[in-house]
Amino acid sequence: MLTALLTLGLLAGLIGLLLGYSAIRFRVDSDPVVVQIDALLPQTQCGQCTYAGCRPYAEAIAAGEADINQCPPGGESTIQALADLLGKDPKPLNPEHGEHKEQTVVVIDEQICIGCTLCIQACPVDAILGAPKQMHTVIRDECTGCDLCIPPCPVECIHVTAVETTLENWIWPAPGEGPPASTATGTLQQAPR
Amino acid sequence: MTADPRAPAPPLHTFHGGLVLPGNREHTMNAPLRQAGIPPVLVLPLLQHIGSAAQCLVTPGDRVLKGQRLAAARGTVSAPIHAPSSGTVVAVEPRPFPHPSGFATPAIIIETDGRDEWLDPGEVPADYRAMDAARLVNHIRQSGIVGLGDAGFPTQVKLGSSLRHHIEILVINGAECEPYITCDDRLMQERAAEIIEGVCILRHILKPDRCIIALENHMGAASSAMQAAIDNTGDKWLSLVSVPDRYPSGGERQLIRILTGKEVPSQGYPADIGILCQNVGTTAAIYQAIVHNRPLLSRIVTVTGAGVKQPGNIEALIGTPFSDLIETCGGYRGPVDRLLMGGPMMGFTVSSDTVPVIKTTNCILAATREEMPLPPAEQACIRCSKCTDVCPADLLPQQLFWHSHSGDLDAAQDYHLFDCIECGCCAYVCPSHIPLVQYYRHTKAEIWAREKQKRASDLARRRHEARLERLERIRLERTERLARKKRALDNSANPATDPKQAAIQAALERVRRKKAASDVVPGNVDNLTREQQQRIRAVDARRQHTDEDS
Repeated sequence: MLTALLTLGLLAGLIGLLLGYSAIRFRVDSDPVVVQIDALLPQTQCGQCTYAGCRPYAEAIAAGEADINQCPPGGESTIQALADLLGKDPKPLNPEHGEHKEQTVVVIDEQICIGCTLCIQACPVDAILGAPKQMHTVIRDECTGCDLCIPPCPVECIHVTAVETTLENWIWPAPGEGPPASTATGTLQQAPR
Repeated sequence: MTADPRAPAPPLHTFHGGLVLPGNREHTMNAPLRQAGIPPVLVLPLLQHIGSAAQCLVTPGDRVLKGQRLAAARGTVSAPIHAPSSGTVVAVEPRPFPHPSGFATPAIIIETDGRDEWLDPGEVPADYRAMDAARLVNHIRQSGIVGLGDAGFPTQVKLGSSLRHHIEILVINGAECEPYITCDDRLMQERAAEIIEGVCILRHILKPDRCIIALENHMGAASSAMQAAIDNTGDKWLSLVSVPDRYPSGGERQLIRILTGKEVPSQGYPADIGILCQNVGTTAAIYQAIVHNRPLLSRIVTVTGAGVKQPGNIEALIGTPFSDLIETCGGYRGPVDRLLMGGPMMGFTVSSDTVPVIKTTNCILAATREEMPLPPAEQACIRCSKCTDVCPADLLPQQLFWHSHSGDLDAAQDYHLFDCIECGCCAYVCPSHIPLVQYYRHTKAEIWAREKQKRASDLARRRHEARLERLERIRLERTERLARKKRALDNSANPATDPKQAAIQAALERVRRKKAASDVVPGNVDNLTREQQQRIRAVDARRQHTDEDS
């Protein structure tokens, strides 16, 4: 009786130690949830969610302070992705924060710009290039379309433009959209003699 | 059937699915190759293949000679462009080119002078047998050669990556499986010796164990011509294999499957399993580049369809407008419904016949409405699974369709959407006339766009974080600077540390000591009037006051 108890107790202790050791030794570090949420956000840093950027919003979601439907640039797909990640029900975008629009970029009308640098200070991703009393310009490829530079401009020389469709970002239209399918499959006949 | 009676026939394998299609090749496969001649204007788009556009090296007004390099390769997956004939560059501007988008791309426009003057080739090409592989591959790169079969992948990239693997089998692909197209067939019939010489160059570069030249059963004349050329070399190393006429047997992966029974891994390359596949046209271009030092300036184009009067194969300079080729073929026969570049299965419609021949133009198909009626309206999928039966890539087209239709990009990728070769077999057999390939192309493009978006947002995150870090650093530096200034100010009131203050204090101290030490006694102060005494007291009081002040 005592031998059995001792044996089992000893075994339990040993296995417990082994498990405890392996839990420390072979621990898999998963990304903290904030990083995972941040990876899903569009990184426009526009602040429409009422937080100071995407990362603070991610932190607020992780802390349960913010809802997942506050990001207009991300739109439906971001809400869906967040819902999948966090195991929540997807919900429509909260209209208080704005509505989802196609991505735009801003351009500076270089004839009007007075070189005040206010837009440079407003840009969250340093996509505006310029110096005091020198003309400014927007680096198009790096502009996230957050529009934060527009309110500070004293001469209203910053305009929103749509992202142009070029060969680089052209995508095949889905059937039913755009011109008729260019493939001829399904209709091939024997050529007339 | 093996055309070489002396070697035992290697057993042929088969791939899943595929279709036997009406060939419609009779009009073009037996007509001799014609020359398109030099058109008055050549339009050379800077983007002619997969990868990056070339970088223009000429400006309007430059006179250029045949074979002169006009644009340089930009990046690894890119190829230079050469002047197909002599003339003057009149413009470098966006022009429409053969692309499913119908967009324009920057192009070099040359007004030819008809003299066709060659650029002085400089050094005479040495015998390739004395050159090492890297030098030959570089020469192929400089010659602007891309895969002439269909995709137009720059040849040196394919060869370069194959140099890192041991290539067991070199496959020369002459199995032109798509209906209507006969340019490789005609090339093999007329220039078999060039192809074989090109194969020998590839053999010298890659040192493969053996080489198979593959063509389809319907190419009887080409098979005899190639066999004769092989016999001329007296080489047992080459074998000619004829594969059954079944679309898409000329697809790289499908052909490898037929010839070797091996499967190219998903998302992998044939080089991963020790095989390299090259098109016969590319092989002939390699011969021209290495032996004659001629860059890729022309290609053979099948001009066909019920809409042209005399269909045939035309050798055309790169940059020749489609309309010139149609003229060479006697012009349009009647109203043409659609003008396609490529075959009826994988080709796409071009916006107009002003677009030029580019390096990947294997076929121009002027189709009439009767020949190629518009597809009937799309109906609902009835889950008949015919598409799965014909899929040569062993995919589940129906599942891919559901996921593409609902925009579930991840699920489509899980079902290996990117292994789809867009051959069109599934859409061809679909009883509901669903344009399946277009769904797949759209979804592939969406996935690429999403990945691009992801890269852009990663960049935005990095830039935002860098900005926050910089602002924080600036704030800390400013606080530090202010603190330093304040400390300096505090110190200035303390004579123990500030030498200036110490000097002032010392001077005051000296005056005080001097004053205290002086023993001046006021004299002549007797018998003063009351008034005088009062004035003296007032002066003393003032002096006293001043002393206290200091």
